[in-house]
Amino acid sequence: MRADETTADPDEGLARRLKALACTAPLHDLDARKSKLDWADATVYQMAEIGLHTIDQVTIAMDFDTGADHHQVTRRLLPFIAAQAPDRTADEHTRVARWVLDNLINVGTTDRGFRRVYGAVDADGTYRRRAFDFKLLVELAAPDGEVYLRATDEAINVLVGALDTDVESAHIAAEVKLENLITRGRLADAKLAAEQARYRTVQYGEILRARLDATRRDVRSVDWERELPELLDSALTHIESRFRAETAILKNITAARDEAEDPGHKRRAAELVEIVGDCIRRHTQLQNRLQAAGAVFRAEQDRQQFSGPPQRAAIDVFGQLLTPTLDLPLSDALAPVEAYFRAGTGTSVPSVPSLPSLVSLLLRPAPERDHVVGEVPEPELQPAEDTDAFTDEQWRQADALLDLPEVPRRLSGLLEEARATDPAVARLIALRAVHAYGPEVGGALRQAQQSVLLAVDDGTRLDDPEIGGADLLLMSALVDGVVDEGGEVDGDDGDDGDGGAGDDGAGDGAAWAPDGTAAEREPGLFDDGEAIEEAAL
Amino acid sequence: MSTGHASADAEAAARLLAFGMRPKLVPGRDVVYADLVRRYGEDSAFKQLTHAVAAGLGLMVLEVNAQAGAVLAATDESIFEIKMDSYARQSKIRERRDTEKVLHGLIHLATAALGYPRPDDLANDTYIGRVSVEQVDGVVREACRILDERAAANTDPLADAPELEQAWRAYARRPAAAATKDGRLAPDTTRGMVTRALRFLAEQGFLVPVSSEQGGTYRTTPRYQVQVRELAADAAFDELLALGVVSVPGEGSTLRASAGDTL
Repeated sequence: MRADETTADPDEGLARRLKALACTAPLHDLDARKSKLDWADATVYQMAEIGLHTIDQVTIAMDFDTGADHHQVTRRLLPFIAAQAPDRTADEHTRVARWVLDNLINVGTTDRGFRRVYGAVDADGTYRRRAFDFKLLVELAAPDGEVYLRATDEAINVLVGALDTDVESAHIAAEVKLENLITRGRLADAKLAAEQARYRTVQYGEILRARLDATRRDVRSVDWERELPELLDSALTHIESRFRAETAILKNITAARDEAEDPGHKRRAAELVEIVGDCIRRHTQLQNRLQAAGAVFRAEQDRQQFSGPPQRAAIDVFGQLLTPTLDLPLSDALAPVEAYFRAGTGTSVPSVPSLPSLVSLLLRPAPERDHVVGEVPEPELQPAEDTDAFTDEQWRQADALLDLPEVPRRLSGLLEEARATDPAVARLIALRAVHAYGPEVGGALRQAQQSVLLAVDDGTRLDDPEIGGADLLLMSALVDGVVDEGGEVDGDDGDDGDGGAGDDGAGDGAAWAPDGTAAEREPGLFDDGEAIEEAAL
Repeated sequence: MSTGHASADAEAAARLLAFGMRPKLVPGRDVVYADLVRRYGEDSAFKQLTHAVAAGLGLMVLEVNAQAGAVLAATDESIFEIKMDSYARQSKIRERRDTEKVLHGLIHLATAALGYPRPDDLANDTYIGRVSVEQVDGVVREACRILDERAAANTDPLADAPELEQAWRAYARRPAAAATKDGRLAPDTTRGMVTRALRFLAEQGFLVPVSSEQGGTYRTTPRYQVQVRELAADAAFDELLALGVVSVPGEGSTLRASAGDTL
């Protein structure tokens, strides 16, 4: 019912055409990118043609068991490529063939496929972007471990240009067309139709192969009671009629070939005879498989014997775990698979280091990397740029000015004195004064510093051309860590530091704002300062 | 009770657990192990002591029998736990990490599904299953194909929400094999991942290699059956129940697809 709805929807046709269009994109892409290849001037090659020819070669090599491997396909492509650029070297031809093949597989991406984003209007009327994933050539592993190529349904559809059509009816249509063409003597078209018929046959064989494979894995995954016998029946009937039709065509064209006067006609008819002969051979192969299918089923049924009812309740791993999990969105599927993995993989025994084995491990000579990774390049290092805002000399001068063990001094006086030697030192003094407004006595204590600089705001405004804010009173206090009181000092410092941090920002930028709050805080600050000084004494 | 044990008993219990931590060792090959397994079956005080020692270490004793030996499982946050994060190492940074983890997890599920195709097989202590790299990959791909055919008209994933893509799409899209320059099996293909999973399970004493046919063929061990039946299947099932995607089963298995699914 859902299918009916969607076929009635014109957007479905649009999406189908967009997908069909997407399948051709990799071929166009080949021609678009050929000029950027750095190993050859590849503009003389018609890459899309080579791409189509590659898919042809792979499709023709497909039969029930394996397809062509990379080398075979490359080798078969060479004459075609050489015809396009006869003056280039054979090496370059091989390289072009490999490049096209790799690009049709899309080597280099994890999924080895293509993705096209297209838009479609949902059942509820909203426009959604969806991703269409497709592949043209896929690599599969043969039983002997070799990797070989197969063309996907998408590729076969692109190739024969019959998008989204029913295999069987298209097959019949192609045959009828062929007969018509022959009676009218149009052999070139006839050849095309015969080739199409052959691709159809290959595609038909693919469907049957998948069913038989599924049977071999598990008899019960395929319905052998009704559906597969029906499929086999219809396939056999189908082959019978094709066989008859193609034998008739073969007879006709063989006669046409022998009778034809025109050498071009004669040659094309001969080609057609060859193609139809190949079709018949493929039909025969398919028929053999179909006849053996029953035996496969019986053998597999014997092998996968049925047994009695369950002795105790257990979970059906395939039906209750695997299939539901596969159907979940990736984000939801993570929880069940992680739960399974954690519980289903047993235990790992952690290794406990022991000194004797550690020593011998460390003393073992390092493996020579040269044999493994080749030469290790020496990195060229550039010294980092000097990022200090103030020089050591400026720091030293500031240190000298801020050494105030006896009497507190006003910031304004210090700035004036500093500016006399170096304006930068004045800025450094101002920054250090602000920093000292909330001194970290605890930190100084921990780092065993001799003294800490204290800044106190008594409400006087700073009158300075460059810097604004409060004219702080500065003094260095000696730090004398007494363990008992250390904790107390730490605690006080915590509060102090917080308050200082808040005021720091205000004192820096907005010069006049914190006056009120600073005034309120004053007693507290002085108390703290005295407490610290007391502690220091 | 727990104070009454002699230290010799505690040593024996710990030794039994230590045997259980060597997953390839079976009681049939070691006299001391076999004695301890027998004692566990006959002496209930020793059984409780073993459980107590295991619990202290962060282990659960799933079963102790003559075929499987002592089958242990790690409890949550135990040092013996195998983390999925460390198993599913990332091969390519740009791939989503969750996707890799889900794919690895699905392969482990499929291995169990193929090793024990029916509930009977999981319940029957004498059943020995066979799995191979080719079959495991095939089972998942076949399930993906059926789900694809079952899917409604247009369920192509949304381009802007990759995490909502169904797991079977991610699996089906991943190539089965890929040729590498040096002729090895590429590790981020599904067959590469299956090969790794089966080797890993063989090292954990859950599978035994039989031949190199079909990319590597293995048979299951009683230990694997216990692990899947007693713990892992339930753990995953609970998660799925919580998500509301499965219901408590009726009769028979569901591996046989319904009539409409196969064509």
